[in-house]
Amino acid sequence: MQLERRDRIPPTLALLAPLVAILAALLLCTPLISWTGAPPLQSYATMVQGALGSRFALSETLSRTTPLIFTGLAAAVAFRAKFWNIGGEGQFYCGAIAATLFGTGLVTLPPILMVPLLFLMGFVFGGLLLLLPAILKTRIQVDEVVTTLLLNFVVLLFVSYLIEGPLKDPAALGWPQAVPVIPAARLPRLLGRTHLGLVVGVLCAIAIWVLNSRAVLGYRMRAIGANLHAARFAGIPVGWVILMTACLSGGLAGMGGVSEVAGLKGFLSLDLSPGFGYTGIIVAMLAQLHPIGVVFSALFIAAIYVGADAMSRAINLPTYLADVIVSLSLLCMLISIFLTHYRVRWK
Amino acid sequence: MTASAAEIVLKLSHIQKRFGTLLANNDISLELHRGEVLALLGENGAGKTTLMNILFGHYAADSGTIEVFGKVLRGSSPGEAIAAGVGMVHQHFTLADNLTVLDNITLGTEPLWQLWQDRQRSRQRLLQLSKSFGLTVNPEARVGELSVGERQRVEILKALYRDVKILILDEPTAVLTPQETESLFTTLDKLTQSGLSVVFISHKLQEVMAVSDRVVVLRSGQVVADLPTATTNPMELAELMVGRPLPQTTRTPLSPGAPVLSLQKATVQTAEGRRLLDAVDLTVRQHEVVGIAGVSGNGQTTLFNLISGLVQISSGDLCINGQPCDRHSPAAAIAAGIARIPEDRHHTGLITDLQIWENLILEHHQEPPFSQAGWLKRRVAAAHAETLIEAFDVRCPSPYATVRLLSGGNMQKLILGRVLSQNPRLIIASQPSRGLDLGAVTYVHQQLLAARNRGAGVLLISEDLEELLTLSDRLHVMYQGRLSASLLPHAISIREIGLLMAGQSFA
Repeated sequence: MQLERRDRIPPTLALLAPLVAILAALLLCTPLISWTGAPPLQSYATMVQGALGSRFALSETLSRTTPLIFTGLAAAVAFRAKFWNIGGEGQFYCGAIAATLFGTGLVTLPPILMVPLLFLMGFVFGGLLLLLPAILKTRIQVDEVVTTLLLNFVVLLFVSYLIEGPLKDPAALGWPQAVPVIPAARLPRLLGRTHLGLVVGVLCAIAIWVLNSRAVLGYRMRAIGANLHAARFAGIPVGWVILMTACLSGGLAGMGGVSEVAGLKGFLSLDLSPGFGYTGIIVAMLAQLHPIGVVFSALFIAAIYVGADAMSRAINLPTYLADVIVSLSLLCMLISIFLTHYRVRWK
Repeated sequence: MTASAAEIVLKLSHIQKRFGTLLANNDISLELHRGEVLALLGENGAGKTTLMNILFGHYAADSGTIEVFGKVLRGSSPGEAIAAGVGMVHQHFTLADNLTVLDNITLGTEPLWQLWQDRQRSRQRLLQLSKSFGLTVNPEARVGELSVGERQRVEILKALYRDVKILILDEPTAVLTPQETESLFTTLDKLTQSGLSVVFISHKLQEVMAVSDRVVVLRSGQVVADLPTATTNPMELAELMVGRPLPQTTRTPLSPGAPVLSLQKATVQTAEGRRLLDAVDLTVRQHEVVGIAGVSGNGQTTLFNLISGLVQISSGDLCINGQPCDRHSPAAAIAAGIARIPEDRHHTGLITDLQIWENLILEHHQEPPFSQAGWLKRRVAAAHAETLIEAFDVRCPSPYATVRLLSGGNMQKLILGRVLSQNPRLIIASQPSRGLDLGAVTYVHQQLLAARNRGAGVLLISEDLEELLTLSDRLHVMYQGRLSASLLPHAISIREIGLLMAGQSFA
């Protein structure tokens, strides 16, 4: 068996790859489902039904998609420049803190100004958190994987302190949660629990796509990601571009936090994110780091999670099947990406 | 060196090998006689490597047969050719740096389940071999501490220790000084006298003329000539290799103008205080090509990096166009109008995963006309790419093609186009023709000379002495970070340069 690098990747193959990968993942999960005694086909049908089959299901899926678009974009932007931001979770919570600080009465503005202000502050807070790892990386070559990952725990503990102390909601009957945001700061609902955050997320994806392909910054980010040494040789200010990338990436994750607090939950608590920051990495990888692809892969992963919830309620299957399906589709995706770049030749 | 009527030791008949649409070897037949040196000459991609890989069983030929000493190889495994007495010395050595010479040589020749080594016997045999062929090595020296020439001797001894009758040398002189090359040729002479046969793969015409008895020229997978060396000449061989007459590169004398680069006592130190560049004085003026010769690893890379802004000067002065550069950087070098042609096209010069137009604006993407207010002007950049592709004769499907798909020669043309289109005052080129086809080499040389004639100063760092002697108005030799006095190419012999390269007569 030999592997040969393809000269060019046919576009149909590139589009087909994620679909084949998803199918393969579902196929691989089939024995697992049969093992629990449930009929696989019916289970998958329940899953699709539960994710997309009704107005309620669709709105649940879309509201779950929203934060994943933000964290997915955060990972996609950073990874494109080979800046390994694993700290989406921490930046997400930073954005949520910003939404709580500015959205609970500190400033009062009409909604038309309040909502942009919250997103802006979330962007700034998320970006600032990633500034430290970025500076450490560009100045003294500290591995950003370690720093961004560990900052997640710092931020979570800080959130825990905030909601038990300074930001604690006195009206929450002792539950550890922060003061809810004021009505002017709430994002308008679109369909069921789906809110304006989804639109903001899609707009961000389009903006990142344009930035990547049209802007000097996007060009520099791609250049650094593809060949750091040549980029430096060509006079691109590598350190500066990495800082900008980091701010952008952290900022996007922070906007996700704002969107969850102001759009869905209404207040900051420790269960705001079931690992959206980490799942964002999978979202980005499944999308092959393409910003528009992120929207679709976020939708897919959200559908799997929501669908699996419905499936477990209906057929009494464990919900962690969703994790298995998502992880398997990522693995299958990585293999199929590899196979789009290489061709296998049997001797 | 004798005998063409002698016994045939290796016979390749009608070898054919196809990769996809590419016919890498098309009906190749050749014979190697006992006691002769056969030069296999051809450009990159002519099929030399494929042919050798087929001989060693790395690839299976689509059709054709290989006979070694009259016995047909099935061509199934590398072991088969080795067992039949064929040995190969690769261009990139396959030695373990942390083992001694003796261990490297005996490695793999002994059974795995042997309790102790008969070191004394192996040692005796090695010493005897090294004595009879004049390949002096210290069996107990660690390979990591040997020079490149010595390592090559170890590689040859390794083959001889395995009783090879046919020795294949792949580009053996690429890394050697002229003296080391000469001593290799003496060794080859002794080997053939004792009855071995040698296949000498090369693209250096002078060496092929000097060492071989017979030349086989490959071009696009076919044998285009098979002739006794004595009946041919370098000009004819070059034409055979390329398939068309090559224009002669000639340098018209010009009187140099103002200095565009000057280094005074320039020193670059590592953090540990090791001097990579040691008090170098160097001037390049307009209308002149200054060559830097030397065995690689003697500070040429540091010199290149210093001028192109990748490393900072530790002490001394660097002046470009008469302006002192205290805080030099790649961006400053570009702003000062330095055209930089780096040694490593893939790693440094180009971003091969990006498209052609993106690579062509790499050094000036942030300025008009290629961008405005932070946005790229893709149409302008693509039009710029079209112009350069046309002007520098880059063979590519479109400006939107990924650079990775281009050949080395076309990649080099992209870099040349990128930097020369800016009308640079100083050009610094490191190994600009390494790994290129003869046609592309000539093209690069002519572009550099044309730029010189237009008034640029060129600093040319190369390991290819022929290239340096053809192009340079003046010449320096580098050895351990130091620079020799300025030499005139017509007033110095290759032998003298070789001595300087080996560090002799450096004060």
